[in-house]
Amino acid sequence: MSERLGGPHGSQIGNGTAENIGDGSSGEGAAQPTHFTFDEASEAEITHILTKYPPSRKASGVLPLLYVVQHQMRRETGSAWVPRVAMDVVAARLEIPPIRVYEVATFYLMFNTNPIGRFHLQVCGTTPCWLRGSDEITRACRDETGIKGWRQTSADGMFTMSEVECLGACVNAPILQVDDDYHEDLDYDRTVALLRALRQGEHPAAGSAIGRITSAPEGGPTTLTTIPIAGE
Amino acid sequence: MLADQDRIFTNLYGQHDWSLEGAQSRGDWNDTAAIIARGRDAIIDEMKASGLRGRGGAGFPTGMKWSFMPKQPSPDGRPSYLVVNADESEPGTCKDRDILRHDPHKLIEGCLIASFAMGAQACYVYVRGEYYNETCNLQAAVDQAYAANLLGKNAAGSGYDFDLYVHRGAGAYICGEETALLESLEGKKGMPRLKPPFPAAVGLYGCPTTVNNVETIAVVPTILRRGGAWFSALGRPKNTGTKIFCISGHVNKPCNVEEELGIPLRELIDTYAGGVRGGWDNLLAVIPGGSSVPLLPKDICDTVLMDFDSLRDVKSGLGTAGVIVMDKSTDVIRAIDRLAQFYKHESCGQCTPCREGTGWMMRVMHRMVQGRAELDEIDILEKVTKQIEGHTICALGDAAAWPIQGLIRHFRPVMEERIASYKAARTPRPLPMAAE
Repeated sequence: MSERLGGPHGSQIGNGTAENIGDGSSGEGAAQPTHFTFDEASEAEITHILTKYPPSRKASGVLPLLYVVQHQMRRETGSAWVPRVAMDVVAARLEIPPIRVYEVATFYLMFNTNPIGRFHLQVCGTTPCWLRGSDEITRACRDETGIKGWRQTSADGMFTMSEVECLGACVNAPILQVDDDYHEDLDYDRTVALLRALRQGEHPAAGSAIGRITSAPEGGPTTLTTIPIAGE
Repeated sequence: MLADQDRIFTNLYGQHDWSLEGAQSRGDWNDTAAIIARGRDAIIDEMKASGLRGRGGAGFPTGMKWSFMPKQPSPDGRPSYLVVNADESEPGTCKDRDILRHDPHKLIEGCLIASFAMGAQACYVYVRGEYYNETCNLQAAVDQAYAANLLGKNAAGSGYDFDLYVHRGAGAYICGEETALLESLEGKKGMPRLKPPFPAAVGLYGCPTTVNNVETIAVVPTILRRGGAWFSALGRPKNTGTKIFCISGHVNKPCNVEEELGIPLRELIDTYAGGVRGGWDNLLAVIPGGSSVPLLPKDICDTVLMDFDSLRDVKSGLGTAGVIVMDKSTDVIRAIDRLAQFYKHESCGQCTPCREGTGWMMRVMHRMVQGRAELDEIDILEKVTKQIEGHTICALGDAAAWPIQGLIRHFRPVMEERIASYKAARTPRPLPMAAE
């Protein structure tokens, strides 16, 4: 039987169980900033976002605005997370009570309510990836970064490792999502190489690590071979 | 084998230009105004004639679903909405991802036509949060369509005003449930709503809404161009047309492929995915339609056809057509245990049977993997799955119960053997006699 990091319940963070909103009980003792203001780039994004929803339904903007916060934090501090004070700023902007933002920020897995490392390593461990060897990806991440368990950050602050549920790229399993990019068709060695490249400041291309054409079978498509495409 | 000219997603693998120009060269947006000029009723009738059933898992007839939307504008001025479910998170499924990144214009054109047929003047596409790059492609395609006047006022010269917005989720499987998706789109936690009222009466922002899967909407323009009769001639009766299958797990060449519904499972795996690792005889089981449907042992896989009704007849389902293949090296109990962990993680916590039951089932399954259980606990586990199934607001409770039911139905001896060998390895030593 494969090893589970952090005990059988170690990875059960997220939906349904309110994660700490930086109240110090998380053990990480995240230093919560006392101030947050949207910068110019964020303001431009917000203006665009709020055109999508009816004026009386501004609350729809809560997910997009939390992403704006998280991206701005990455730009400013190198760590993509949502501090509590920023949730208050989002609430004020959308004219909703702060609790409506807190509950959303803690319900959805993709918002980090504690600081994370420079790169967020998200290992998919659900059955289709597990069948193709996701335990090896986890082992490679642990060996290369020194991280012991899920949701922990490496000593050098470069990597945070999380287990995520099905990433929806199952025919390219196993997958490691690094920040926003999917790295596909991995194994132990390819994962180690990927992490080393990241540490050295390189930008490894997302997608298949073995040169597959997206979701086509290895060796090239066996269908759609006879369709003439105009202009190509 | 389906001929290439009958395949709808001609850029499935992204070998060609996905942008507007490339899409137009493949026939998308070709005189869309003429399709819309046929009128609402004609479009819905054609969809009914095609026999298209929803591609998101439930397989509800699409034309009929559209016909539930109000025919006249609401007297209180409520607009109607189309919401496209691109929250693709069912383990084993990765078809919508290819549509979003490689054929976004099929989806966008489908949104316009479907919205017109339902009297919706705005559409939201809710894409799962992890699909960041895919969302960027879709948004770029939407911007191209606006710039070319294919969206917006007088969309595509049809005289119909139509807006399309892309909205990103943030990592919650439950938001693939249609009412949870609507809640999420309104900026709340993704907790499913009680039905009725159904979304067609009270949906997004309290307005009439239809929620359709990406693939369902993306095939609409092609069906209307080539005719419902063309589509219904493919596949089998009541299970018509083509479908993107995602073949993952222990096959030699995992891939996505578009094929006719009703293709034999074995042919699908052997023809397109390079066969089962180690040959067909090395097959243990297949989950045929995404993680929520019960698995099938090899003897059923030998002959079963891949469509809604054939799979229902063997007590499984087509679901999203995410085919997860397991060869004989698989610890099948562990495979299902990992799914139990998935559902425990993704339960939104609203209904007690699911919130408590998914955790309970996961913990028992963890023990079953080791064999650290009693034989009669298998029956208790099965009973609990029956108590969760059908007793929750949404189908996540059912989806968590079915994989375990499938395991017990087909692999009970394996579970019993595991328990026996655990016990055998730990035969209690005889208690030392007291010294006296």
